[in-house]
Amino acid sequence: MSPLRARANADVREPPLGVYIHWPFCTAICPYCDFNVHGAHKNTASQADWRRAYRAELTHAYGLIPGRKVETVFFGGGTPSLMPADLVAAILADIDALWGLAAQAEISLEANPVSAPRPHLQALRAAGVTRLSLGVQAFDDAALKALGRTHSAAEAQEAFLAAQDIFDTASFDLIYARPLSNPAQDFAAGLAAWQSELSAALALSPQHMSLYQLTIEPDTVFHSRAAQGRLAVPHEEMAATLYEVTQTLCHAAGLPAYEISNHAIAGHHCRHNRAIWHGGDYVGIGPGAHGRITIDGRKHASMAHKQPQLWLAACRENGHAWQSLTALSAQEAAEEAVMLGLRLTDGIGVAALAQRGVALDAQKLATLKQDGLLARRDDVVQATDKGRLLLDYIIGRLLV
Amino acid sequence: MSATRKDHIRNFSIIAHIDHGKSTLADRLIQLTGGLSAREMSEQVLDNMDIERERGITIKAQTVRLDYTAQDGETYQLNLIDTPGHVDFAYEVNRSLAACEGSLLVVDASQGVEAQTLANVYQAIDVDHEIVPVLNKVDLPAAEPERVKTQIEDVIGLDTQNSVDISAKTGLGIDDVLEAIVTQLPPPQGDTDAPLKAMLVDSWYDAYLGVVVLVRVIDGMLKKGMKIRMMSTGATHPVDQVGVFRPKRDTVSELGAGEIGYFTAAIKEVADTRVGDTVTEDKKPCAQALAGFKPSQPVVFCGLFPTDSSQFEDLREAMAKLRLNDASFDYEMETSAALGFGFRCGFLGLLHLEIIRERIEREFDIDLITTAPSVVYQLHMTDGEVEDLHNPADMPDIVKIDHIDEPWIRASILVPDDYMGAVLKLCEDRRGRQINLSYAGSRAMLEYELPLNEVVFDFYDRLKSVTRGYASFDYQMADYRTGDLVKMAILVNAEPVDALSTIVHRDNAEARGRAMCERLKDLIPRHLFKIPIQAALGGKVIARETIAALRKDVTAKCYGGDASRKRKLLDKQKAGKKKMRQFGKVDIPQDAFIQALKMDD
Repeated sequence: MSPLRARANADVREPPLGVYIHWPFCTAICPYCDFNVHGAHKNTASQADWRRAYRAELTHAYGLIPGRKVETVFFGGGTPSLMPADLVAAILADIDALWGLAAQAEISLEANPVSAPRPHLQALRAAGVTRLSLGVQAFDDAALKALGRTHSAAEAQEAFLAAQDIFDTASFDLIYARPLSNPAQDFAAGLAAWQSELSAALALSPQHMSLYQLTIEPDTVFHSRAAQGRLAVPHEEMAATLYEVTQTLCHAAGLPAYEISNHAIAGHHCRHNRAIWHGGDYVGIGPGAHGRITIDGRKHASMAHKQPQLWLAACRENGHAWQSLTALSAQEAAEEAVMLGLRLTDGIGVAALAQRGVALDAQKLATLKQDGLLARRDDVVQATDKGRLLLDYIIGRLLV
Repeated sequence: MSATRKDHIRNFSIIAHIDHGKSTLADRLIQLTGGLSAREMSEQVLDNMDIERERGITIKAQTVRLDYTAQDGETYQLNLIDTPGHVDFAYEVNRSLAACEGSLLVVDASQGVEAQTLANVYQAIDVDHEIVPVLNKVDLPAAEPERVKTQIEDVIGLDTQNSVDISAKTGLGIDDVLEAIVTQLPPPQGDTDAPLKAMLVDSWYDAYLGVVVLVRVIDGMLKKGMKIRMMSTGATHPVDQVGVFRPKRDTVSELGAGEIGYFTAAIKEVADTRVGDTVTEDKKPCAQALAGFKPSQPVVFCGLFPTDSSQFEDLREAMAKLRLNDASFDYEMETSAALGFGFRCGFLGLLHLEIIRERIEREFDIDLITTAPSVVYQLHMTDGEVEDLHNPADMPDIVKIDHIDEPWIRASILVPDDYMGAVLKLCEDRRGRQINLSYAGSRAMLEYELPLNEVVFDFYDRLKSVTRGYASFDYQMADYRTGDLVKMAILVNAEPVDALSTIVHRDNAEARGRAMCERLKDLIPRHLFKIPIQAALGGKVIARETIAALRKDVTAKCYGGDASRKRKLLDKQKAGKKKMRQFGKVDIPQDAFIQALKMDD
């Protein structure tokens, strides 16, 4: 392997860079998950192999986009809490050696309650992780079982309390609008159950929460069950009401949404994801990882091989496993900027978009404003409360 | 190459119901006589158009010349004219049959004779064909060749003593078919030394050759360099090329009496050639022209509009190009308040309509909105005038109409016993009148009179579905009869959509209106507001549905890795949007205009 390059002088005029690291293994595959995940028992490569491969791909990326300071790193998966802490430390050291990690860098890592014992969390903290995102999914044992989770609500809560002690920011994910145990379940009863579960969750004083409505994705166990009529999800009216009560409760508890499904107290937004929604550059490293980087003024999309073995082999032989690195057309880049930007309560800056060559259709904007779905404040266009429930519709209207 | 002696020529066509194996048999005959190498054999070589292959149907007549060395040691020239099987193209069948002396009647040994086969067999008998029954798929466990032979004798009245049992799929019995063609079918008549007299069987436009004319030479000789004359118009053309299909195009120096082949002669448009016309030599014409054919008559009409109104000129061009090859399809410009500029088109039937529509979308890349198919009504006005109504949107004020006549057909339906109840119900629901009911073995032969407007849309689909595909259907135009007909308007969000209006019988209006509203409820995507859908006769609403307002439409999880996927979804939405048409504040997908009329029961 070639020696790492000397750290380049960070050019302060360049916007910050994020790095996404994908760890593709889980001890159990959840029946709703359509991510690039593989059974942990299939991981036959040694830690040293992984380390070399991540280093190779990072070095490759650096060659394409040098001269930027890394502000955020996000370890996603999969279950990155299954990574040995020294592998995490080694990857962070490589990133620091290449681009340089900002002093106040945000280093996030996703964890599963079953692979987050306190000593391991402490080791991850020591390796440099500042923000832990815990996949709790539900604070109800029956619901956890139905979601295919292997931990109990109590274990999840214990892991979260530990994370709160150890990290600057501790967050958890919950999935709601879950499959109905009884399709005839009373609307009001379902609503009440979620309200009390969410209230209990808020009582843990999280700094950050990701609250996702369950989506039945193609090629998942849930999808085939739904197709066979063996799984029923709440109807649209109920799902909409669930979303609305979620907003109300979180707002009252001081964790307003800053994105469609993300809530935080001030100062604890996920900087990494926020930058991505704002259209910032991020390097995608690891099996199946996607990235967006600006090369010669043009946004490029990268995508790596999904199969862990293939990815490792490609990194070993070619120094990286990027299957494609494609320049986005101005229109594609613009569409992504609008699509992602409107998810944030911040909204999108019309002037900034215009500077990137994106002109929003004034007529369409006016119609959506009239429909009460978008609001405009000076330069900023935002989705209204009503509009956020209909964001895909808005995006369709605005861009199609 | 000189012309083959007449007694060594056999001209034949194959009559078969869809799926009974006509194309597979043709492929086998070509393969066995060496017309194509194994590598060149793609399935169903005679069906050239994508649509033909996909749907397993033949639209244009195709010919192929096979050289076959028979058991008597002699080499025979066999000319196969492949004919369309569907009722919409009965007209083309007619002229193909007229160009040969014999037919193979292919019948599925488990399915038996179908109504459509009957119609074609009778046409063949009418033109004095020798007919060899061929029982296909005898290798299948369900095959009952003996029962089907009895049926052929009982229903059609053909002797099955010399029939051939085959499996076109496995190749079993194909030799016997070739031998039967030679021994059982008669050679053509005709005088090679007489002045040229050839029947124009078909013509089509080829991008390289110009108009290609398919002919059957009756008398005389057709040679390259000869100046021919079309007897109906008197137009003359010097012959550039004479040839045959094997099935690959192959030039020959001449075609003699009894032979089938093509010629090109710098003819610019298919419209300059008339099917059934007599082709003769300009300087030595034959004394008398052939009888010719009567032109086909469109019976189904609908509007075709470009989804993107800027494509109107492209559509006009596409129509003109398609008509070059298909003189049976009629069109004239039409304007609709809702759909803008388009064309009102006449077709031989629904399959014909679908094929033209698909070809425009595929070959010319124009997205179309198709309005409800309609038949031609005769409006008897109070002032004594009689007007044709091709389009429900053009219906004049009701007070000016004395009465309305509609076309009726005479349908024959062959169906296994078990499904007869369902078929009777279907016919009765569609205002049918039973004329006759007879049995051939366990199959019933139903004859019904039906109003064409009840059949034009989905009758055939319904028939297939209530009989699980076991019924077969054929029809002929009968006459015009007075009916209690009304125009039913559809209002979407309180605005009438003229492209959805239909003419219905008063007794059926309510059920029809309810069904259309229910279907439209599923076809029109939800909007931000409630959308009422109503069916109305005059000012009176007879059915109503409401589309609920869209409440939630948002992706829960969308991070960096999801951006590409989301963008693809957006592209899909864009494609979908192109297929939408705005009526007032409501977007209606273009296929809704056809789908809305399909009834489940």
